[in-house]
Parts: sequence; C-alpha cells; structure tokens
Amino acid sequence: MNLSDFQIIYDERDSVITGIQTTLSLVLVSGLASVLFGLILTPLFFSKVGWVRGSIEWLCSAMRCSPFLLFVYVIYFGLPSYGINFDKYTSGLVAMIVYHSAYMAIIFRSAWVDIPAEILEAGTAYGFRGATLIRRIIGPLLLMRAIPMVGNQWIQIVKDSAYLGIISVFDITAAFNSIQSIYFNPFVCFIVAGLLYWVFCLLIELIVNLVARYARERIA
Amino acid sequence: MNFYDYLSFVYGAVSTIGVSFIAIIVGIPLGLGLALLRWAKVPLLGKCAYVYVSLVRSCPAVTLIMLIYFGLPQFEISLSPLVAAMISFSITATAFNCEIWRSALLSFDRSQYEAAQAFGMNRWIRFRYVLLPQVWRSSIPGLINEMTLLVKNSPAISVIGLLDITRAAQRIGARTYEPIPPLLVGFAIYIVIVMLLIKLQKHLEVRIRSAQEPL
Repeated sequence: MNLSDFQIIYDERDSVITGIQTTLSLVLVSGLASVLFGLILTPLFFSKVGWVRGSIEWLCSAMRCSPFLLFVYVIYFGLPSYGINFDKYTSGLVAMIVYHSAYMAIIFRSAWVDIPAEILEAGTAYGFRGATLIRRIIGPLLLMRAIPMVGNQWIQIVKDSAYLGIISVFDITAAFNSIQSIYFNPFVCFIVAGLLYWVFCLLIELIVNLVARYARERIA
Repeated sequence: MNFYDYLSFVYGAVSTIGVSFIAIIVGIPLGLGLALLRWAKVPLLGKCAYVYVSLVRSCPAVTLIMLIYFGLPQFEISLSPLVAAMISFSITATAFNCEIWRSALLSFDRSQYEAAQAFGMNRWIRFRYVLLPQVWRSSIPGLINEMTLLVKNSPAISVIGLLDITRAAQRIGARTYEPIPPLLVGFAIYIVIVMLLIKLQKHLEVRIRSAQEPL
C-alpha cells in the first residue's frame, strides 16, 4: 500500500463518481419510496378484515426471513419466467423498494402499537375517526416515535445496496472492484469504498438527528 | 432438481450456518469487551471502540468481505475463502453486539455496582454476579436479532466463491432454467433457521425467568 494506489483511484475518478451516483440514486429513491409504501401498508395491520390483516402479516414476516440477495434473485432471475422483464438497475431498485417497504411497515406498526390508548380514546371522544384520526392524531405521533428506527433502516438500505453489485449494477463496491481488478490495489480500493459508505451513514445520522430535533420542537 | 442439487443445498446450509455460528461465538464476548471499554470510559480505548463500531456498522458485508479476502494478500496474508468469511463476519458481529451490550449497560443501575463495591466484592465478582446476569437478560432479544441479521447477510460470502444457500439456489436455477423453485427451497431453509433462532430466544427467556422466580 502506498500513495500511488490513491493516485490510481483519483485517476479513475470517473467510474468512482458513476458508482457514487448509482448508489446515491438507489438509496434516495428506495429510502423515500419505502417510507411512503410502509405508511400505506401500516393501517392494513389494523384492518378489520381478517384476510387483509393475515396477508400483510404473512408478507412482512416472509420479507423478514428472506436475505436481501435471495429476494433480488427472485426479481432479477425469477420474474422473467412470468414475462416481467426489468433491466439490472430497475430490478435492483424494485427489490430494494419492496423489501424495505415491508421493514418500514413493521417499524411503523410497532410505533403505532406504542401509542398510548388514552390518546386514541381522547381523539375519538373529540369526534376524530377514520382518515382524520390517522392524519391528525396517529400520524404525527407515529412519525415521531419511528424516526430513530427509520434512520437505522436507511443505513440498512445503504448497506443492502452493495449486494446489487452481484447482479452487476455499477454501484460503489462494483466500481472499486473493477478498479482493483485492473490495477491490483484491492486494499486501498475497498478501504476507500468503506469510507464512502461511512460518509453516507454519517450523513443519514445527521439528517435523522436534525429531523428528530425539529419534531421535538414542534410537538413540545 | 436432482440429488446433487439437494446435496448442494446441504453444503450451502452448512457453510451459511458455520460462518454465522463462528461469528456469533467470536462476536458476543468481543462485543461485550468493547462495550465495557466504552461503559468504563477507558480514556483512549473507549474512543477507539466508538470509531470501530461506527465504521464497521456502516460497511456493507460485501465490501468488508472483499477487503479481507482480496485486500490482505497485498500484505502477504493469504486467507482461504472460508477463513476470510469467518473473520469478516466476526468483525461485523463484534461491532453490532457491542452496541447491544452497551445499551443494556446504559440501562443498568450503577448504584448496584457501587453497593457491591461497598460490600467488598472484588472486580470479577461484581462483574460476574451483579452486572453480567442483568445485562445478559436485557441483551438476549437484541443478540438473537443480530444473529438473524448475520444469517441474512451470509449470502455475501458468495462473492468470494463460497457456496451458500442463496448461491446454490441461483446456480440450480441457472442450470434448469427454472429459477423460482430452487429459490423457494432456499427461502424455506432460511425460514427454518430464523424460526430455530426465535425458538432459542424463547427458550433462553423462559429459563432466565424460571431462574428468577422468588423462592
């Protein structure tokens, strides 16, 4: 390991930047989409219809037992046999969104269960029900309680995005892997890749802390 | 799927479980050690433990395993794929378990520790009979959760050419042109592993609760 190894990475910065862009777009889109879908799925856990509740619980436990890579294979290799063809990037993105939406739904459900029953009763007593109850009473409390766990899940999303290199999506890990296979400087390459992921996660932590502080100030 | 396909699932399951198991065995005590360093606020080492945990927790399993397997030979350290996988998963497990132990230590009431000190118990007895039982009890759910995370991250070992459950499933699918059935078989194996871990958690919790019943 010496300075010239870093020089090589600098010279190959084009592919590094492409890799960062790919990872960043994957993380941003699937991070936001999974929160949105998670929020849509969560009320189904409390549905009065038995089969709706049963199927959402089954779906989420299935995702919890499956490794992310296995699910990526189902989307990337499995779906084409049913006539659904995605390219590498899209199937990676779809896999990330679906897989992590299930986790987000689980997170929001546990936050929902945590809300004291008195608050809900008070809300109903004041005449809130249905969608208004969710939007005015449950929603804000739910989001505030869920913020730290959502942050953890976002870090998980960053880490899971590295698996997509296996189906040859050109993300950060794949970019550095291609550089090291040409110049044989694997140690420095993967160290820099690890540091880049670290920066991603520190940024997420920063954003989560800011949002949590904003939420506390709003509520207090 | 023929006999050899099922055999490859068995091989895959053995390496998945083996690598995860080693990581659990190494990660639980080392994680406790790091957590104690941070809890006791040991001057320099505590900070080092903090940086280590923060770095490793954000590093994807695939990247870490490639760093260990492809990167270390630059320093004349050549590892077999299996050893590299075990080392990399142990590193991750140590970092995650450190956080779990630490949050248990934070909720531990320090005054008990001081009371034990006042009764003249030495450092080891205080740790073994006052601190550890309580911390262990509140860590069990987190530790088991971390074990399922390890199992779910184990497909990363396929990037250095090891055969795990997911790779076995994918290879069979590539040969038979029917990718879904082998993936479902693999999925079923993961479900069994996760269920067994949850059973272990229930078992441990029941055992601890029965040990605590007032006489």
